[in-house]
Amino acid sequence: MKSALFILPFALVPFFANDFWLVQIFGRALILGVIALSLTFLAAYLGVVSFAQATMAGVSGYTVAYFGPNSVDVGRELPFYVVLPLAIIMATLSGVIIGLIARRSQGIYAIMITLAVGVAFFYFTRQNYTYFNGWTGFSGIRAPEIAGTNLRDPLPFYLLIISVAMLCLMLVNGFIKSPLGLTIQAVRDAPKRVLAIGIPTTPVIVSAYAIAGFIAGSGGILNVWYQERISSFSVGLGPIVDILVIAVIGGLKHPIGAFIGALAFVLLDTFAVDFIDRERFNTLIGLVLLAIIMGAPDGLHGLAKSWLARFKKRVAENQV
Amino acid sequence: MTFFLIVTLNGLTLAALYFLAASGFTLIFGLMRTVNMAHGALLLLGGYVGFEVARATGVWPLGILGGGLAAAFGGALIQFGILGRFQGDELRQTLASIAISIIMADLMLWYWGGITYQVALPDALAGGFKLPLLGVGYASIRLVLIAFAVVVGITLWLIIAKTRLGAIIRAGVDDREMLRALGFDVAKIFIIVFALGGLLAGMAGVVAASALSIAPGTDLQFLLSSLVVVIVGGMGSVGGAALGALLIGLAEQYGLAYAPTYGVVFTFAIMVFVLAVRPQGLLGRSET
Amino acid sequence: MFTKLKTITMTSALALSAFAAPASAEDIKIGVISILEGAFAALGQDGIRGVELAIAEAGGEVAGNDIEIIVMSSDASPDSAVNAARKLIEQDGVDLIVGPLSGSEGLALRDLSKSFPAVTFLNGSSAAQDTTLRDSSDNFFRFGGDGAQWMVGVGSYAHDDLGYEKVAVVAEDYSFPYTQVLGFMTEFCAAGGTVPEKFWTPIGAKDYSSIVYSIPSDVDAVFVALGGADAVNFLTQYNQAGGTKPIIGGSITIDQSILDSEGPFKQQLIGAPAGTPTVSDYDGAEWKAFSASYTEHFPDGFTAPSIFAHHYYMSAHAAILALEEVEGDLSGDQAAFRAALTDLEFVTPTGGTMRLDENRNGIVDNFVTEVFEREDGTLGNRVVKVVRDVDQSLGQDPATFLAQGSVSRDNPSCP
Repeated sequence: MKSALFILPFALVPFFANDFWLVQIFGRALILGVIALSLTFLAAYLGVVSFAQATMAGVSGYTVAYFGPNSVDVGRELPFYVVLPLAIIMATLSGVIIGLIARRSQGIYAIMITLAVGVAFFYFTRQNYTYFNGWTGFSGIRAPEIAGTNLRDPLPFYLLIISVAMLCLMLVNGFIKSPLGLTIQAVRDAPKRVLAIGIPTTPVIVSAYAIAGFIAGSGGILNVWYQERISSFSVGLGPIVDILVIAVIGGLKHPIGAFIGALAFVLLDTFAVDFIDRERFNTLIGLVLLAIIMGAPDGLHGLAKSWLARFKKRVAENQV
Repeated sequence: MTFFLIVTLNGLTLAALYFLAASGFTLIFGLMRTVNMAHGALLLLGGYVGFEVARATGVWPLGILGGGLAAAFGGALIQFGILGRFQGDELRQTLASIAISIIMADLMLWYWGGITYQVALPDALAGGFKLPLLGVGYASIRLVLIAFAVVVGITLWLIIAKTRLGAIIRAGVDDREMLRALGFDVAKIFIIVFALGGLLAGMAGVVAASALSIAPGTDLQFLLSSLVVVIVGGMGSVGGAALGALLIGLAEQYGLAYAPTYGVVFTFAIMVFVLAVRPQGLLGRSET
Repeated sequence: MFTKLKTITMTSALALSAFAAPASAEDIKIGVISILEGAFAALGQDGIRGVELAIAEAGGEVAGNDIEIIVMSSDASPDSAVNAARKLIEQDGVDLIVGPLSGSEGLALRDLSKSFPAVTFLNGSSAAQDTTLRDSSDNFFRFGGDGAQWMVGVGSYAHDDLGYEKVAVVAEDYSFPYTQVLGFMTEFCAAGGTVPEKFWTPIGAKDYSSIVYSIPSDVDAVFVALGGADAVNFLTQYNQAGGTKPIIGGSITIDQSILDSEGPFKQQLIGAPAGTPTVSDYDGAEWKAFSASYTEHFPDGFTAPSIFAHHYYMSAHAAILALEEVEGDLSGDQAAFRAALTDLEFVTPTGGTMRLDENRNGIVDNFVTEVFEREDGTLGNRVVKVVRDVDQSLGQDPATFLAQGSVSRDNPSCP
C-alpha cells in the first residue's frame, strides 16, 4: 500500500499544470509507467527481464481498436463495457501464452525469447490486414463517453490514468504478499526447492506472466485512447526497447521505479530537442542508459533511496 | 521443380550468411554466457569499414580482413572497457550491450549517413553464371558464400576442438572457476574470445555488404536473425548455429517464394515451436 | 551524463512554471514536424530547409508580423508525429503546422487536425492517398500530390512510347507502394497493358532471390516500387541471376544514390523510366531560380533541393502567400486565412500552377524521367515528359475514381 502513495504527488498536477503538461507529460508518463510496471513486476519478483510488454499492451490496444469506434473499415463495434473487459482478458491471455512459451527460460534466455515473440507479433500485425489493418493500423479511436463526460477530455482522462496507475501499484503490492505472490518470489530465488516441496513451477511462472499481461493490458487501453490510434509501429522494436529503457532507468528493484523512469523518459523525449541536437538523440538515450547501468544498477529509484538514506543518517547524526 | 530447387539453393546460401553472422554470437555465449546484443552493431561496423578498405585498396579480400579486424577491435574494447567490469552479472551485461548497440548505431549513422552501401566485388564474382542441369542464371557470390561458411565453420570447429586455445575455451565453458584456479588469466581470455566473436561478426558484415547490402537497420536485422538462429540451434553450440541457420534460411526463402505475406512470421513460428519442445534449442545442452 | 539528465528535468520544471506566458499576439508561430533522427535525418533536415527558405524569402515577416518557427522531430512513426504536433499546439501555441514527412504520419496528423479546429495543418511531404481523398479534414491542406499522382505519365509512357504490354510488379508490402502501383496501373491498364502478377515483399527483406526467379518470363518489363536498400538488393540480385527485363521505377526506387552506387546492375537501368514530382537538376527557369535561392541560403545543404525541401517549401510558401493576403489576420479560428489558402494559386518551382481541389489536395506537376549515361560515364536521371495539372483522381471523374475503393494488395487489378 505504501508505495502507492508515491503516486500521490501526481494527483497534485491538475492544480498547476495546463492541458499539455497534464496529459502529454504526466499522463503519458503514467501510462508508460503502467506498461513498464508490468516489466518491473516480472523483473523484481520473478527475476525475469521481459521484452514482451509492448506486445501485451498492443494486444489490448488492438482489441479496443478492432471492437471500438475507429475510422478504418476493419472490425465491428461493440459497447465499451464489453470491449474493455475483453481487452483486459486478451492481454492477460497473451501474458499466459508468452509465459507458457518462456516458462522454462530464465535470465538472458527469457530476454531473447520474449524479444523474439515481440518481434513476431510486430511482423504479424504489419502483414495482416484482416484483423490488424497491416502497416497503417487503426486510427480515429475514441475513448467512450460516460454520463456526458468524454473520458478523453484532459482532466477526466488524467484522473482515470492516475487511478489505473494507483490500482496497478496496489495490485502488485497486494499480490506479492499473497500466497501465490510469495510462491513466485520463491521460484525466483530457489526454483528447485519449490519443486522439491511439491509445487509445480510452471503454473506459478505462467500466472506471474498473466498478471504482467493484465497490467500491461490496462496500460495498453489507456495508451490507445491517448494516441487515438494504433499500428504496427506501436508494437515495433522502438516501443519494445523504450519500455525496457524506462524500467531500467527507473530501477528494476521496486515497482515505483517504473513511474520514475517513465517521467524521466517522457521529459527527455519531449524536451531533448530544445537542449541538444535532436539528430544525436539516440546517442544521448544510449549514454544515459549505459551510465545508469554502470553507475546506478538500481536506477533512479535506487539512487534516490541511497541519497535519502545518507540524508537521514546525517540528520540523525546532527540530532545526537 | 526447377523453381523449388532454386529456392532451396537460395535457402542454403542465405543459411550460409546467417551462420556466418551467428557464429561469433554463439561463440561468445558458449564460453562467457554473455548475450552480446551489440553483435549486430559490430557486424554493421565491420561492413562499413570493409567497404572503406575495399574501396581504398580495390582488393576485396582486404576489405573482409579490414572489416573483421575493426569489429574484432570493437568487440575487445567493449569487453575490456564495459562488459568485463561486471563479468558474471549476465543481465547487466546484456542491458549494457543494448545501450552500446543504441550508441553505436547512432554514431555509425552520423558518420556513414542513412544511405545504402554495397561492397564492390572482384569481377570474377560480380556477375552470375548458368547453373548446370537447371539452366538458369545464378549469382556467383552466393555459391562463394556457402564455401566461405563451410571454411569458417570447419576452422572454428578445429580451433575449438584441436588447439590449446580451444581446450581452454572448452574448459572455461565447463568450469570457469577451475580455469581461474589453474592460473589462467580469465579476463584476458574473455577479451580474446570477444575479439574472435567480433572478427566473425565483422567478416560476416563485409560478406553481407557484398552479397546483399548494408544500411542503418541492417544491424537489427542480423541481430534478430542471429538470435533466432542461435535460440533454435542451441545457444553456445557451433553445430547448433549451423543447423539453426539452415532451418531459418530455408524457411525464409520458402516463405518468400510460396507465402510472401506471412513469410517473415514463419521463422519466428519455428522458433516458438522449437522452444516449446526443447527450450535449450535443438543441439543445446540443458542448463540444469 | 546522469547530472545532465537531472539538469534537463530541473529546467523542465522551470519551464513548467513559465508555460503560462502568452505569445506576443503579433507573432505568427509555425510549428514544423520532420524526421530528424534515424536513417531519414539528413532528408528530414532538408524539409526544414524548405520551410526556412520560404520564410527567408518573405523577409521573416508577413504584413508586419514576425514569423517564428519551432521545430519538432518525429521518428517516422505516426505516434511520434502526433506527440510532436500536440506539443507544438498545446505547449508552444503554434498557429500553423507544416509537416510531416511520411505517409502514415500524414494520416495521423489528418486525424489529429479534427481535434484542433483552431490550428491549420499544411502537409509536408507525406503522400498517402487517403490523407485527403477519403475522410478529409477541413483544416488539413496538402500543397502537393499523393503517391499515385507522383506516378502519372509513366504508365502511358511505358505502354505507348516503350511498347510494353505486360509488366510484372515487385513492390514493398505497405500503403505507399500500393498507391504508387495504383498510379502506374491506372494509366497502364487503361492504355491496354496488363499486369499478370504483383509480388508484395515485406519491407526490409534482404534476400529477393526467390522473387527474382518467380517473375514470369513472358513479361516485357518489371515495375519496381522499392526504396533504399531494398531497391539496391533487388536490382543487384535480379542482375546476378541473369534477369534481363527492362526496369520501370517508382518515385523512390531510382534515386541518385542508387545511380552512384557500384555494381553491374546499373547498366541495366539505362533508359529506365520513373515518375517523380521533383527532379533536382531540372532545367526549367523557375526551378533554376528556386535551386539558386536554396544554394545561396544553405551553402552546406545538398547540391540541389530534394523532394523534401521542395514540398515543405511549397506548403510554407502557400501559407505565407495566404497570410499576406489576409495581412496576418488569424482571428475567428483562421477562417479568412483558410479561405485564402483554399483559393490560392501560385507558380510552383517546377513551373506549373499550384491550386487545390475540393479536398484541399494539390493539383500538381509531375515528371517522367529516364536514366541516362552522362559523358563521363556516370548515370543520372533526365526529364522525358512533364505532365501539368495532375489531380488526385488522375484525370478520371472523381466519383468514379472514388468508387474503385481504397488501394490494397489486390486493388487495382488487370491480369
